[in-house]
Amino acid sequence: MSTRTRMSGNEAVAHAIKQINPDVMPAFPITPSTEIPQFVATMIANGEIDTEFIPVESEHSAMSAAIGASAAGARAITATSSCGMALMWEVLYVAASSRLPIVMALVNRGLTGPLNINAEHSDSMGARDSGWIQIYAENNQEVYDNFLQAHRIAEHQDVHLPVMICQDGFITSHAVQNITLWDDEPIRRFVGEYEPEHYLLKENETMAVGPYAVAPYCMEAKKAQAEAMKRARKVILDVAEEFEQITGQHYGFFEGYRLEDAEYAVVAIGSVCGTVKDAVDALRERGVKAGLLKIRVFRPFPGQEIGEALKHCRAIAIMDRSESYSSQGGPLGAEVTAALYRAKAAAETVNIMYGLSGRDVRVEDMEQVYEQLRKLADGQVSFAEYPYLGLRDGTNDCLSR
Amino acid sequence: MRHLTEIRWHGRGGQGAKTAALLLADVAFQAGKQVQGFPEYGPERMGAPITAYDRISDREIRVHSNIYEPDFVAVVDDTLLHTVDVTAGLKEDGAILINTVKPAEEILPLLKGYAGKVYLLDAGKVCMATLGKYFPNTPMLAAMVKISDVMEIDVFLREMETSLRHKFARKPEVLDGNLKALRLALEEVKECR
Repeated sequence: MSTRTRMSGNEAVAHAIKQINPDVMPAFPITPSTEIPQFVATMIANGEIDTEFIPVESEHSAMSAAIGASAAGARAITATSSCGMALMWEVLYVAASSRLPIVMALVNRGLTGPLNINAEHSDSMGARDSGWIQIYAENNQEVYDNFLQAHRIAEHQDVHLPVMICQDGFITSHAVQNITLWDDEPIRRFVGEYEPEHYLLKENETMAVGPYAVAPYCMEAKKAQAEAMKRARKVILDVAEEFEQITGQHYGFFEGYRLEDAEYAVVAIGSVCGTVKDAVDALRERGVKAGLLKIRVFRPFPGQEIGEALKHCRAIAIMDRSESYSSQGGPLGAEVTAALYRAKAAAETVNIMYGLSGRDVRVEDMEQVYEQLRKLADGQVSFAEYPYLGLRDGTNDCLSR
Repeated sequence: MRHLTEIRWHGRGGQGAKTAALLLADVAFQAGKQVQGFPEYGPERMGAPITAYDRISDREIRVHSNIYEPDFVAVVDDTLLHTVDVTAGLKEDGAILINTVKPAEEILPLLKGYAGKVYLLDAGKVCMATLGKYFPNTPMLAAMVKISDVMEIDVFLREMETSLRHKFARKPEVLDGNLKALRLALEEVKECR
């Protein structure tokens, strides 16, 4: 049924691609996602899969080729990071609005500048309004499992939207850890064949993809796209439930870790959540009611469920790994705070900027965040500005090492 | 054996410190452990200082930070002792392993007062004698397994033979040299304090 082994996050995604055997993969190399197309190209050369690999001349072309392949009726994927995805910008929107179920492995890395190759969420967070479904992972196991579920969500007749499967650059993409791989046959049955209803190469059917829409029709198309994103909510949960029946792995919109009775909660995305869990356990041993809400699905945003899951807490830290230069905090801070308002939560909140350009976060850093939450709830501290965690120059003293 | 062993590797780009860290994670997995092996990435190039890490445990490893208070440190290139604070945070009940041709009296003053155990290995001599090439990471890996006690030595040698046999299926002559390098390193590594 399964194999226990060890591999990096990039290898795990490549293994998922091997099991899925998609029709087409256009890709252009960029750190730290480069290994994924490398591994896939090797698997093709070895005859393990028969995916058509298209070595394109840029990421704009990679996404354009994926759009062409998907519109033609093929199951298309790509992989990229950071400025690679930034170069796809224009066509990300084309993929989503053309309702093409492309799956992208995004290995999160900061956008310039300063020029840097390390983990940050500014690439995918910048694309949060592009109409792509976004699913994030804490570790190699989760990015593997998420990738296996992506096509089922994207291709579902109620959805027809592209999906990006995100993991933190280097921190999980290049770290070798234990992982459980699922057997090929049940996974192939689960993923299934892609059988689109409408596509460009379909005989006796003509259609246009991406034409100009005049004002009387354009807004209706956008509303239809927004409705598809709402319907994706149920599909994501249904696919996760079916995946659980095969693998025993449980996935939802988010994971609550010791959250039910938590007085102090951290909300975060990605690899830092493993570090937060260690901090939560250490604090619980000392009698502090600490908890974590780890967001897996950021688009569609499960605001109502998040609000409900958090509203009993006394104080909440919302952790952003992406500056939005709004002068108010990051994207996760804005969305979670709005969700708490709608849930009529009384909790104190603070939006914390952390881990930019791969800045390391230790268990001790997170314990300090919980200590600040206690003080915030007790009125001993307040945050006029959104603080940075672990800044070298000591700005926002209370959150520096 | 500890329930969690944390190891930090210092080397220069091209010397195989990252490969050694990943190989150690690999072989520890084969021995039934929970593992995490990862490099610290930056603008790497040949000769620049690099750092890589291992966590080896009997329990699930969830933390994703670098290692600041390692149980053991391996230094693959002794010229780093002048420029990198290799003993930073190193636990006094742990140990440092250094690849060097120099005698202990020249190395010890460079360790900034570290009071724990110090092991020296002339990994260059070991790999030149067994592989005929300068690949110091293979002997350093064996020596690290010995001093860190993260697994039984016979289990380590058995699992390394399996994985090297797979890796060098088409180059059996390289397999023999590597196995000899591992065994010779286990004999040659010396505790100097």
